[in-house]
Amino acid sequence: MTAKPTAGAPPARAGDTDRPGGASPDGQPAVQVSRLTKRYGEIEAVRGIDFEVRSGETFGFLGPNGAGKSTTIKILCTLAIPTSGSATVAGYDVTRDRDTVRRNIGLVFQDTTLDTYLTGAQNLEFHADLYAVPKKAVAPRMHQVLEMVGLWDRRNSLVSTYSGGMQRRLEIARGLLHAPRVLFLDEPTVGLDPQTRSSIWEYINDLKRREDITIFLTTHYMDEAENCDRIAIIDHGKIVAIDTPEALKASVGEDRVQIQTADDPAAIEALATNFGLGAAMHDGAVTFSVPSGEQFVPRLFAELAVPIQSVSVSRPSLDDVFMSYTGKTIRDAEASGTDRMRTMVNAWRRRG
Amino acid sequence: MATEVTAPADTGGRELSETIRVLVPEPNIRQDLRAAAIVWRRELIRFRSDRLRVITGLIQPVLFLFVLGTGLSALASHGLPAGVDFKTFIYPGVLAMSVLFTAIFSAASIVWDREFGFLREMLVAPVSRAALVVGKCLGGATVATFQGIVFLILAGFAHVPYNPVLMLTLIGELLLLSFTLTAFGVMMAARIKQIQAFMALTQMLVMPLFFLSGALYPLTGLPAWLAVLTRFDPLTYIVDPMRQAVFSHLNLNPVAVHQLAPGITWAGWLVPVWLSLAIVAAMGLGMLMVAIIEFRKTE
Repeated sequence: MTAKPTAGAPPARAGDTDRPGGASPDGQPAVQVSRLTKRYGEIEAVRGIDFEVRSGETFGFLGPNGAGKSTTIKILCTLAIPTSGSATVAGYDVTRDRDTVRRNIGLVFQDTTLDTYLTGAQNLEFHADLYAVPKKAVAPRMHQVLEMVGLWDRRNSLVSTYSGGMQRRLEIARGLLHAPRVLFLDEPTVGLDPQTRSSIWEYINDLKRREDITIFLTTHYMDEAENCDRIAIIDHGKIVAIDTPEALKASVGEDRVQIQTADDPAAIEALATNFGLGAAMHDGAVTFSVPSGEQFVPRLFAELAVPIQSVSVSRPSLDDVFMSYTGKTIRDAEASGTDRMRTMVNAWRRRG
Repeated sequence: MATEVTAPADTGGRELSETIRVLVPEPNIRQDLRAAAIVWRRELIRFRSDRLRVITGLIQPVLFLFVLGTGLSALASHGLPAGVDFKTFIYPGVLAMSVLFTAIFSAASIVWDREFGFLREMLVAPVSRAALVVGKCLGGATVATFQGIVFLILAGFAHVPYNPVLMLTLIGELLLLSFTLTAFGVMMAARIKQIQAFMALTQMLVMPLFFLSGALYPLTGLPAWLAVLTRFDPLTYIVDPMRQAVFSHLNLNPVAVHQLAPGITWAGWLVPVWLSLAIVAAMGLGMLMVAIIEFRKTE
């Protein structure tokens, strides 16, 4: 096999810190999907989706369980055959060039796919042999990926003795072992506690700095989607929105401002007459929306006659984005106490 | 747990970009062999780490040989030529039994792997499904044969001589049997997704197979219905060659040998040992092919 013009050639590495949105290094999209559908009997899991993932990008698929995320990822990983439409990964067709696609992708599944009766190192050796990693490259590459996820010292322990977070890290290391061009992470932190989740994300972000790789992930955690360069929101087998997290949030528009005052009805009255804002009581606070919260607050203090006791400004979250595009919140998002975003979201839900 | 990322040191950076380029080659036969070899090796690693399995695998055959064999020997001695122990007679059949469960449990680990996800790691790899299935079958065969060899060590207690030729013959036959049984198990595991269902089905099949194989009685002088059933049992075609091997290494007169190991007959025609073994091998290969086809299917 001839060396593919991967973007890792020394001159191109200068672009390590390039944010996607700039031109992709070799011009070819890492993933290209057009008019893709997948039907299981009567159920249409994916209903004609189109999108492109640029090389080097971190691309997130955000949606509730059953939205078609896993089906799409299965098709892209050659584990399922599309009913119609086409998809290419790393430039290869997922149905025609199945093995070539497989050699160019790394996979981390939602459920663990480790052999817990083997050691961490044995799991990686198994993978190296299945992916025919050149024998000379196995040891250094193994060292490298295990160091990267902080498991080098535990490599000779049985995987059954690993914690959930360690297992997930080992899977990420294994997915990277054969230096794939695209790494698929299907719900990479599902079932992990918040602290472990954020540590997994540290490893993923570190990985983006170190390796020249495209990351495709699915998630139903809003805060996780924030880590992506671009997000596609998928619901009922269709993509309803696709853009950067910032742009998506901007499309929802306004920040929410909540104030507590000495005299709430007077404040509402004043907001209407002085600023032309429609405010209402929610959660025991005067609540209203403005395009730019931080810029509005100084004016508010200066011009509102009613004394203000406290102010809080919240940006639109991806949950708001999801809600505005689909008309509902992500149904099964689990709340976790330490998660600021989540608390905010919950507060928003209670309000609604 | 450490949440700190190991510092991407400046020295490491250069080193990293050097080793990053791993060029995974086009699929070829060498790659498939390497994949089959690692699947085989994994079977051995797992068997080695599970010493309890060797012991539990021995319990049933030991019970059959020493408890049933001893208990029935006084009764059975009337039908046996002088100086022949009933334990010696049933030894080949019980030896076959000693690999039965190990081989099928090996295949059951596919169902297990499916449940715990590891099967997926194998199925998405850029190697042929044939390589995986062959590796698995050979792995199961190796492990089961090893289990058989442990039981073979007890041959002396059944007055079976430790003759090197006999031992090698029996090991070869055990290997063939183990391979066929694992292929059978793998074929079933391709379809059956629940471990409980798999276990229930194999339990349901294994005991009749064992009892109909002539492991515990000679194939002559049976009522017609039983005679027919024994001829349809694939195990019969491996138990008989094993018994012939054992009895040809005992110092017995030909009449006694004929009485105890008369061979398999089809409507009076004596099936030669080579054909018997070929039948078992052909069944193993056939089931292997079916398993490969089953595992090639994609959603």
